[in-house]
Amino acid sequence: MCCRLFERRMLREGEAPQKGTFWGPGRKRKKLRRESRDQEMSETAIEFKNISKQFGNVYANKNISLKLYKGEILALLGENGSGKTTLMNMLAGIYYPDEGSIAVDGKEVSIRSPKDALSLGIGMVHQHFKLVDVLTATENVILGLPGKLNIKEAETKIREICDRYGFVVDPNKKIYDMTVSEKQTVEIVKVLYRGVNILILDEPTAVLTPQEAERLFRVIWRMRNDGKAIIIITHKMHEVKEISDRVAILRKGEYIGEMATEDADIQELTNMMVGRAVSLNIERKTPVNPKPKIEVEHLTILDEEGVAKISDVSFTANSGEILGIAGISGCGQKELLECISGLVKPLNGHVYYVEEDESRTDLVNLNPLQIQQKGIALSFVPEDRLGMGLVGSMDIADNMMLRSFRYGATQQDIDRVNKSRFLENLKQKMQPFTDRKTPRNLAQTVVEDLNVVTPSINTPVSNLSGGNVQKVLVGREIASHPKVLMTAYAVRGLDINSSYQIYDLINKQKESGTAVIYVGEDLDVLLELSDRILVLCGGRVSGIIDGRGANKEEVGLMMTSMGGEQGK
Amino acid sequence: MIDLVAFIPRAIGQSVPLLFGCTGEIITEKSGNLNLGIPGVMYVGGICGVIGAFAYEQASKGNMIGILAIGIPMLCSLIGSLLMGLLYCFLTVSLRANQNVTGLAMTTFGVGFGNFFGGSLIKLSGSDLPTISLSKTSSFFSASLPFADKLGWFGKIFLSYGFLTYLAIIIAAAAGLIIKKTRTGLHLRAVGENPATADAAGIDVVRYKYISTCLGCMIAGLGGLYYVMDYASGIWSNDAFGDRGWLAIALVIFCIWKPGLGILASILFGGLYIVYLYIPAGMDHMEYKELYKMIPYVVTLIVLVITSMRNKKENQPPASLGLPYFRENR
Repeated sequence: MCCRLFERRMLREGEAPQKGTFWGPGRKRKKLRRESRDQEMSETAIEFKNISKQFGNVYANKNISLKLYKGEILALLGENGSGKTTLMNMLAGIYYPDEGSIAVDGKEVSIRSPKDALSLGIGMVHQHFKLVDVLTATENVILGLPGKLNIKEAETKIREICDRYGFVVDPNKKIYDMTVSEKQTVEIVKVLYRGVNILILDEPTAVLTPQEAERLFRVIWRMRNDGKAIIIITHKMHEVKEISDRVAILRKGEYIGEMATEDADIQELTNMMVGRAVSLNIERKTPVNPKPKIEVEHLTILDEEGVAKISDVSFTANSGEILGIAGISGCGQKELLECISGLVKPLNGHVYYVEEDESRTDLVNLNPLQIQQKGIALSFVPEDRLGMGLVGSMDIADNMMLRSFRYGATQQDIDRVNKSRFLENLKQKMQPFTDRKTPRNLAQTVVEDLNVVTPSINTPVSNLSGGNVQKVLVGREIASHPKVLMTAYAVRGLDINSSYQIYDLINKQKESGTAVIYVGEDLDVLLELSDRILVLCGGRVSGIIDGRGANKEEVGLMMTSMGGEQGK
Repeated sequence: MIDLVAFIPRAIGQSVPLLFGCTGEIITEKSGNLNLGIPGVMYVGGICGVIGAFAYEQASKGNMIGILAIGIPMLCSLIGSLLMGLLYCFLTVSLRANQNVTGLAMTTFGVGFGNFFGGSLIKLSGSDLPTISLSKTSSFFSASLPFADKLGWFGKIFLSYGFLTYLAIIIAAAAGLIIKKTRTGLHLRAVGENPATADAAGIDVVRYKYISTCLGCMIAGLGGLYYVMDYASGIWSNDAFGDRGWLAIALVIFCIWKPGLGILASILFGGLYIVYLYIPAGMDHMEYKELYKMIPYVVTLIVLVITSMRNKKENQPPASLGLPYFRENR
């Protein structure tokens, strides 16, 4: 089943002719790749020699030696927190190594600041874009360069770069008006404008749609064929197979090994990453006694500008079942989940929560607190982890407390008092102070059970890597024993091992009778995990299909071909 | 009603300290430093100028040379406020102390510093009143163009001021141009909006923060100097400067971080600041006058509400205002 992962090429040219221009015919790409294969890869662009970097007592990188050749694409693999980004940040001048040295073009160099890195021809596109929102694309591109300010001249040069590599970017557009993909284009133009020879891309496809990712790959190939050396950090195995020439693997800050991509297979790479054999299968048990839990009827949601993000959506989520939601990103998935969890008021329609005795409660006019007080256990793992899910500057234990602080009692107590108004009032009166002990224990459990890499539970969550942040959030939500669990892009930015741990957790919730609504972007996983799949297209339901019989092409078509409203 | 030809010059006279303070604070805030120490810096700028002028008046024994009479107090004032700026930067940029706390402490310190040395000088000069009079130095500062009197209302409204008034306007206009049109300005804005981005682009964030904050303090300090030497005719008395420093900070919000707009806004504020003197309230209702004194603050609140409601990105404060920057923070 694992090979499905890297075979995944959603919506190839044949299936979606109207979109074919995005990445052109597949044959051309093959040709591009072969040309570069013939190139001699002997010239070293970068050499890391015994690099070490410590944060506190933890080694982020330990004694790493690694070479990068000109005209190749190196994929850097590793679990969350294995030190990939740290290593790259040392190349980009954000961090300075504690030990070891870096050689560029055979000469040993000292990279003390991003400026030094740029002058050596090293450019990095960070995972979190480094762009100034209120400035235009051009202003961002020329930021930091010396000389007189000449916007016109810069614009001309940007247009030349765009033509050369096939980008589309409006130089006068402000960053805050841009989509994620446009922002990334600006980032890449920014490094190209500076004439870099070594390009580092830190999880470039994490926030892109498959189409946008394909477009990005074409650009990367073109750069490689220009003789540039490229390092790409990614968690998506099929991308590693698709784009890279060589793979290097890090584990817990240490260098494990490397191999030519041709010789690598996903199972082997994963085992090297994790350090033991990992099963890449997703179990899908037949739902036991599914009963309707959430019934959504004719839901319409407008965004702030009054544009309908969700129009006339109806579906049912059953207990003990995973309902997958597929769709190009920005098709209303976020709004739908936020509406069910009480964060957004719809224009019209109803969201019913069905009790065990089949009585129905309309959640539409309740806020999350009121829903909780009615004894309805909804859990929502939002897309924006540090914005909506957790408080970045607070530690893991305090973030656990966000769900329980109101009661000064344990989660079990909450479940109990929810049943009785009298008890609840009594509890609140009797306990003016919050209970810090239970959240601390919970934090400890989550850290241990989900293998969160952190110095301690007193570490602010913003200091954790993306995957660990997600584990903390999912861990907290699951610990509250939800009846309905909603997750939006639960594995975004997570390495393959963590992703499978999350799938496992979700499956366990399903088995315990929770109704799970899973919004995902990886179609393969959606197809393997979901019992039923709801496909959204431009805010409308283009179909609800059974997860077992469905094939990817069918779902892919449903995602794009309805009413002419395609993803942007 | 109001005699405009008399009112406008007085409003402008009131506006100059505000304009200096406002321009200085805008330059500072553009680098992401919220310097609430500006009122204190203006006090220090004022008293340092007074100390310089006092020393020179004593030393020269009446034979004062124009260039020195202006140059010495100005230099003292600039050095005083520069030191304040350096202190602020050292604490907030190098040591990454909390900007609000540091700024407030510096205001308290600056006011105390001014009153302490003001009081000492009053003792030294042995005057009967609790003031120091530096009327000779002041006459150099407030000298207007000789033909200003002959041009009637035009001369009164446009040409009847000392050179610091024009300097304030020139500095504000120049600051506006530099921030908007030059590469230095672009880099400065980037530092204030997103220092991590600026850093990754190769801009020396620490240097920009230091220079802009110190420069901002020096400009603001001139506001204090102007107040003593020109507006108050060289008479220093403790606490006379009042809350103009805070008004200057309010003005920054009012003119949505645009120094060019600050020129007009400061004149408006200057007018609002003294409008109570021109509104006939009679002797029965002195309390109304107190209410009129509130107008500048009320206007600032209204502007704050309107700019927040319009929610246009360009009119918002620099995104990283008040936040310390450390490269290795994740």
